[in-house]
Parts: sequence; structure tokens; C-alpha cells
Amino acid sequence: MNLDSKIPSGPLEEKWEKHKFEMKLVNPANRRKYDVIVVGSGLAGASAAATLGGHGYNVKCFCFQDSPRRAHSIAAQGGINAAKNYQGDGDSVHRLFYDTIKGGDFRAREANVHRLAEVSRNIIDQCVAQGVPFARDYGGLLDNRSFGGAQVSRTFYARGQTGQQLLLGAYSALNREINRGSVKMYSRTEMLDVVVVDGKARGIIVRNLITGEITAHTAHAVILASGGYGNVFYLSTNAKGCNVTATWRAHKRGAGFANPCYTQIHPTCIPVSGDYQSKLTLMSESLRNDGRVWVPKKQNDKRTAAEIPESERDYYLERKYPSYGNLAPRDIASRSAKEACDSGRGVGPGGLGVYLDFADSIKRLGEDAIKKRYGNLFHMYQKITAENPYKTPMRIYPAVHYTMGGLWVDYNLMSNIPGLFVLGEANFSDHGANRLGASALMQGLADGYFVIPFTLPNYFANEKFEPVNESDPAFKQTLDEVQTRTTKLLSIKGNRSVDSFHKELGKIMWDKCGMARDKSGLEEAIKKIPQLREEFWQNVKVLGDEKDLNQSLERAGRVADFLEFGELMCRDALHREESCGGHFRTEHQTEDGEAKRNDDKFCYAGVWEFKGDGKPSELHKENLTFENVKLATRSYK
Amino acid sequence: MDLTLHVWRQKNSKSDGHMEIVEAKDVSEHSSFLEMLDVVNENLLGQGKEPIAFDHDCREGICGACSLVINGEPHGPEYGTTTCQLHMRSFKSGQHVYIEPWRARALPVLKDLIVDRTSFDRIQQAGGFVSSNTGSPQDANALPIPKPDADKAFDAAVCIGCGACAAACKNASPMLFVAAKVSQLAILPQGKPERERRVLAMVDQMKKEGFGNCTNQYECEAACPKEISVEHIARMNREYFRAAILEEPEKQGHGGD
Ligand SMILES: Cc1cc2nc3c(=O)[nH]c(=O)nc-3n(C[C@H](O)[C@H](O)[C@H](O)COP(=O)(O)OP(=O)(O)OC[C@H]3O[C@@H](n4cnc5c(N)ncnc54)[C@H](O)[C@@H]3O)c2cc1C
Ligand code: FES
Repeated sequence: MNLDSKIPSGPLEEKWEKHKFEMKLVNPANRRKYDVIVVGSGLAGASAAATLGGHGYNVKCFCFQDSPRRAHSIAAQGGINAAKNYQGDGDSVHRLFYDTIKGGDFRAREANVHRLAEVSRNIIDQCVAQGVPFARDYGGLLDNRSFGGAQVSRTFYARGQTGQQLLLGAYSALNREINRGSVKMYSRTEMLDVVVVDGKARGIIVRNLITGEITAHTAHAVILASGGYGNVFYLSTNAKGCNVTATWRAHKRGAGFANPCYTQIHPTCIPVSGDYQSKLTLMSESLRNDGRVWVPKKQNDKRTAAEIPESERDYYLERKYPSYGNLAPRDIASRSAKEACDSGRGVGPGGLGVYLDFADSIKRLGEDAIKKRYGNLFHMYQKITAENPYKTPMRIYPAVHYTMGGLWVDYNLMSNIPGLFVLGEANFSDHGANRLGASALMQGLADGYFVIPFTLPNYFANEKFEPVNESDPAFKQTLDEVQTRTTKLLSIKGNRSVDSFHKELGKIMWDKCGMARDKSGLEEAIKKIPQLREEFWQNVKVLGDEKDLNQSLERAGRVADFLEFGELMCRDALHREESCGGHFRTEHQTEDGEAKRNDDKFCYAGVWEFKGDGKPSELHKENLTFENVKLATRSYK
Repeated sequence: MDLTLHVWRQKNSKSDGHMEIVEAKDVSEHSSFLEMLDVVNENLLGQGKEPIAFDHDCREGICGACSLVINGEPHGPEYGTTTCQLHMRSFKSGQHVYIEPWRARALPVLKDLIVDRTSFDRIQQAGGFVSSNTGSPQDANALPIPKPDADKAFDAAVCIGCGACAAACKNASPMLFVAAKVSQLAILPQGKPERERRVLAMVDQMKKEGFGNCTNQYECEAACPKEISVEHIARMNREYFRAAILEEPEKQGHGGD
């Protein structure tokens, strides 16, 4: 497997500018000769499709929802980072770069992260030009808030629904191109495979989710912007449809999967309430600007929050990390909550919760000010729990939220399969072992608006393309394989529902490959998952027709892929004998329970190559070199 | 609690549908409405019956996918709440619950409770955007926007495109949906250059899709899970009349060189 990162030479600050100049262009008249497939209409996919369409390429965009506007990006709440330094509090491109590298626990590529910090500023300009209504102050200028892992206010927001407003901005740009005829949108269409011809990605196989028809689409390049795989845990803050199918199928066609074990557990979610639970709800990290996290000092304290006096409360984040306090990064805040609960000091049903308390802020700023900042989040909390967070503290617990791992890409966002590009949460590129809050939206839009429009033309201009069509053998064969698999799922006619398999897999993943991992647990999971997979293919029950809208069939296909992917995640976690960011191996911790990295052995991206069903995947390494920052132990104390 | 559900079942867009009775036993009051349906579906599957199809994704009230008429009300009995955020504590044991899809000619049923809402996308495609190319627009703070304007635009921009407004309206008019976008962009300076073209094109597309017109009954406002005000419809009507007067047929031809 060739893992040439293609990082341009020269000083860090000049790499991207220099590279942009050196890359080849495609002249406007020739652009319409190139067909581009974009899988995904979230921030990454919609921004890429709209921009490439605007430049004159022939774009086809796919999503499984009924409208591109419903991509999971819509649910992002808190905000988007950008090094604008509008608050004059010492922010800069370099500081955002450094915070992101450090936040990622020194497991990301310097050059990519620096580019991200550079273009972050353009994103805000672009979105404002589209009519995105960011929060403003009374002078009419843009407002900012702080997020975890940063000591400056660089997060732009739109109440508690920043993702919605950014996605609707990108969706409107996409609509403009659909209207002009440069983008053709295929909603309720699921990609089920990539077609590789002569070593290049030349198309995809899709299923029309209304008619069940399976067809092929050809192109000169395929862009995957299909989001993250957090739903491998069954319960997560992701939307129900989020899946690993697009990236996993590409992996099985040769694309390297990098760092699958890096998952982010978000510290502030509403705790699980029962076994009917279908998803977990995030309470934005922005709440930690004004909320204080605490648990009782005593174990098994059954008193209500109000009954526990100040002196008997442990504001453990403020105590352990005085300089960042409640704004410690996510991995640290999550693990601390787990520790508090594991030590018997958790609150609420089952003791799996900690308090997030706004009483001090309400006293200081008034209820109205808090309502203005977080009204919709408080409202959502109250809806779900029937408790009033203005009066009693919220109860929160960590939940799976984001996946840093993804398909391996080079500096140009191209995977090791030529012509297969990967953007947004689906790739592995910028967040290392832990992502800072408000940086996923930034990355998705950076990839789609400001990176791929330069790197894709360069690929086109340097390649020669043989014509392909849907009846070529490679297309026919891939289509047949997809067809056979789909028919197979319906023909098993077993006794267990798709959801029951998904829940069981999720429990294995959460117990053995969740917030804390160890060798024996991971080995156990690696034994159990193939057994569960085997049972799935013998005993799953999927009703309904193939040639009809069939939600059970859609889910079955996704769960089948999770059952393969989960095993790879555990293998990756097992091999990485260190703790870093979201990957915490209990064997590797400092005396006071902090993550202990091993830079001598593990300062690389672990990239897995698929070797065939039933055969062990092969690990390749992209060594990470740090020329501009010093590898240091992360400290937020 | 135990409930008796009356659910609309329809195999596909070509077949006829009917109401079917399904019993829901031992429902937890803490579960959401869709979680209740998940459990019902697992039971149906156990009995060898096809699960009830319904649209959903985020289950947080923001993606706009969920869409059920519950006891005659789009998104059910709670004010300002999507179906996915509706919790079973709003129901009583022994209650009969009628669950139907959105009903409008321009929102045809695809299966059971799922409807085709691509007409909503086409309305947005007709003009719901600001024509700005990706590139290097001016600095975001170069043009301050008075906070009241920004807030008002935001109040319109929260629309999730679920379709409840059209489902609630006796004329099947999605005017609140159209108005939300027109109003958001008419208030912001970035949207001003195209405001005439936008409102005319969007309303025109709405009619082409077969939706009805607004006769000011305000059912939409009551049904809107995001509590968008009909004030935006009033603004849109002003925009529309203004545009109809101002808009001249576009001049043909290109520049001299
Ligand atoms: C609740 C929540 C809150 C968040 N808040 C923040 C925040 O405040 N700030 C921040 O920076 N980040 C936040 N994040 C993270 C961020 O929202 C996501 O990482 C980001 O939006 C992902 O964007 P994307 O474009 O890569 O993918 P997505 O938005 O997930 O889009 C994926 C697209 O791919 C399509 N797709 C997937 N598979 C297929 C297939 N097989 N065939 C066809 N189409 C397919 C889907 O239809 C969809 O259009 C949050 C995440 C969650 C869960
Ligand atoms: S499922 Fe997304 S709004 Fe209800």
C-alpha cells in the first residue's frame, strides 16, 4: 500500500499557497467534460458539490435521506472555529493550528492542520455571504464563544443550531447549482459500492431506496463525504441513519482505513433512561462556558442536588484542571466523569450521571441571559427528561459522538485509490486522536469549499482517462455482487431482528472498545464479533420486498457492515499499546490517571489494508513528523 | 401504559392504503413517540408482519425528517415539538392514537407513513439562495448587521422543512415554509439584490407543484414545531407585491465584447 502523504515542501506557513500555485488547472471550457460523483450532502459533500458545480464540472450528488438538507451535519449545535481574532484576545492561525495539534494529542499531520487553520477564516466570510445568520453583538458584528481545549474565544455560532444554519447555507449553494443544471441531486439513494477500473475509482453502485432498483453511475472521480461511523456503538449522538457503509465498501475495494479506534466520547449528553432508548442526545459543549460540573463528595449520596451543600460538592474538573476548568478537552472531561461514576459518586438513576449546574451563572447573569444563549438546549433537555434545568442542575453522561478515524487520505484528500477522494468526518486527516469542539464543521467546510476545488482539477489535469460505461465488466461484476448480497439479506428469513444484532454489537463495542480499553477486553471482543456476524448471516430476519421502499433491508445492510468494521476497530485498539486522545488503554496511564502516550513506538497513523473476507487485515504505517511543534505531554492543569 | 394504535398502512405509491389497528403494550412514559413505534415494529416483525415505515433520522427535532399526523395534528399534541421529541408522557393508558402521513396532493405517500417531499426541495431550488460564488468574499465583519435584523432573520431561518405547515393547512399550502426563506433573505443585506426574483420564482414553483394558496387561517403557525411566526407570511406578501410591480422581463443579450 502506497502511503505517500504528498506534503508539499517548504516552510509550514507557505506550503498551501505554494502548492495552490504549483497545481495544474483545468480550463473552464474543458471542465464540463469531467463527471464527478459526490456521495453525501452534509457540510463536506454539499459544499464540495456546490463549488465544483459552480466551477463547471458535471456533478452528481447522492444522499440517503429524502432531502440533502437533512444530512447529519444539520444536528451540530455549538459552533464553528475560525482564527479571525475578532475578539482581539490573542488568537492567530498559528494558535488554532497549535491548539488542534495538541488537542489531537500529537497524532495528526502538521501540514493538513495548518492548512485547516488558514482557510478557517475564509469559511466565515463565505457563510456570511450566503446569508448564514451567525450570532451578532449589539454593534452588529459577529459574536464568539469559547470551546473546550482553547483559551481564546474563536467559536462562531448561531444560537444552539450552528450546524443547521451552516448546512442550510451549503444546501442553498447546492440548490443554486441544481437550478443551473450543473449538479444533479439523487436523494433517497444509497451508495453500496465503489467501482475501480484499471486501479482508478470510476464510479459507484447505488440502490434507489424507493424503487429498490440497483444501478451503476460512472465518473472521472468519486468523492466520499459520507460522515462518521459512531453508530457502530448503536447508541450515539449520531442520527439513526449514520453508517460506515460507503467508507467500508471503499475499504474492501482497496482504500486504507486509518486509525479506526480513535473515537470521541462527548462528555455532555443526556444519560440513558431505558432499554427502548434509540439514540443519545447531546447537550452542546458550549454549555460548559456557563455550567459547572460536579458530583457529591460522598459515595452513594441519595440526596437531591439542592440538598447537598456547597462544601460537600466536588467540582472535579475545576479541581483537577484549574487552568481550563470546565473547559477541559472532551476526552479528559469524559474520562473524569466515568471515574467519578465508577467511584460510586454518580447521580441519577443507576448512578451514571454527573451534574452540570447553571445556578451560579443564572445568579450572575440572570435567567434571561442564559435563555438567550442556550434556550433551545434547555428546552430540548426539558422535553426529554421532564426536568427544568433552570431550577435543578442538568444530569449528563458521556456518549459516543464523533469518529476521528476514517479513510486514509494524502494532503490532496485523495485516498490510496487514485480518483477516490474523501472529505469531512469520513476521512482521518485533521483531528489526530481527539477532535476539539467546533472543529468538525470547520473541517467539513474547509475540505469542500477550499481544498477539493484545487486538488481535484490537479488530479484531472495530470491523468489520462479511458472512457468507461455502465456495461463494462468491472461495473457489471460489482453490481452483481451488490445485487447478490441484497437478495441474500432477504432470503435468510431467520428469527432475530436487525436491531437486536445492532444492539448486541453496540454493547460489545461500548464495554470493550469504549471510554477505556484493555488487552483482555479487546481480545474478547475480537472473538465475539465474528460469532455475532456469523449468526447474523444465518439468523437475521428481514421482511418486505427488495423492489420497494424497505427500511429493514436498508438497516440490515448497514449493520452487516458494522459487524465487519467493529472487529477492525478492536484490532486497531489492541495494536495501539499506548493511550492517546480518545483512545485510552488502561494499561497505559500515568500515576494520576492521565493518558500516557508512547511517541517512540506509536507516532504514526495506523492504516489497515483489507486482505479478503476472513483474512486478517494488514497494518501499514504513515510516520508522523513534527517539525514545527514540540511533542509534549498534553497538560490542561 | 397500553395504547391502541390506528395506523395508516400503504404498500407503495401505487396501491391503496387503509387504517390498521395495532396494540402497543407496556409502553414506557419516558420513551419518545418514535421509540414507542420502534418497539411496536419489533413486535410486528416477531409476528411475521412488515414493520411500519416512517421517516426519521436525527431524533433531536432538527433534521425535519419525522412527519406524522397524530390524532389529527401534525407532530402531535405538544406545541412547538416534532414527533421525534414528543414523549409518551403526553398520552394516557387506554388511549386510541390515530397515526397518519402528511396529506397533500403535492406530498404523495410512498409507503405507510412516508411521503415524498421533493417538491419542497424544488421550491428552494427555484430561488432560495444568495448567488455568491465560493471564493474570496469580503471580510465577514465588513458589513455589520443590526442585531434586531440578524435576530429576525434567524427566527425565520430555523425552519426545518418538515412539511407540517402544508399538512396542517386546509388548502395544503406550504406558505410558511416558503415565507421563512423569503423573509430570512429579504431581511439580510446579502439577500437584497435578488429579492424580487427570489420571491416570484419560489411562489411560482409552489403553485407548479400543486400546492394550494394561503387564506390566512394560521393553522400552519400552530403546527410549526419551530414556532415560526405568520408575520413572515405577511412580509413575504409585501415582497411578492413589490416584486410583481418592480420586476421587468430581463433584458436579453450580452455585453459588447
Ligand atoms: C449532535 C451533534 C452535535 C455536533 N456539534 C458540533 C459542533 O457544534 N461543532 C462541530 O464542529 N461539530 C459538531 N459535530 C460534529 C459534526 O456535526 C460532524 O462531524 C459533521 O457535520 C460531519 O459532516 P460530514 O459532511 O462529514 O457528514 P454528514 O453531515 O454526516 O453527512 C453525511 C452525508 O453522507 C450521506 N451518506 C452517508 N452514507 C451514504 C451512502 N452509503 N450512500 C449515500 N449517501 C450516504 C448522508 O446522506 C449525508 O448526506 C456534532 C455532531 C453531533 C452528532
Ligand atoms: S427525526 Fe429529525 S426532526 Fe424528527
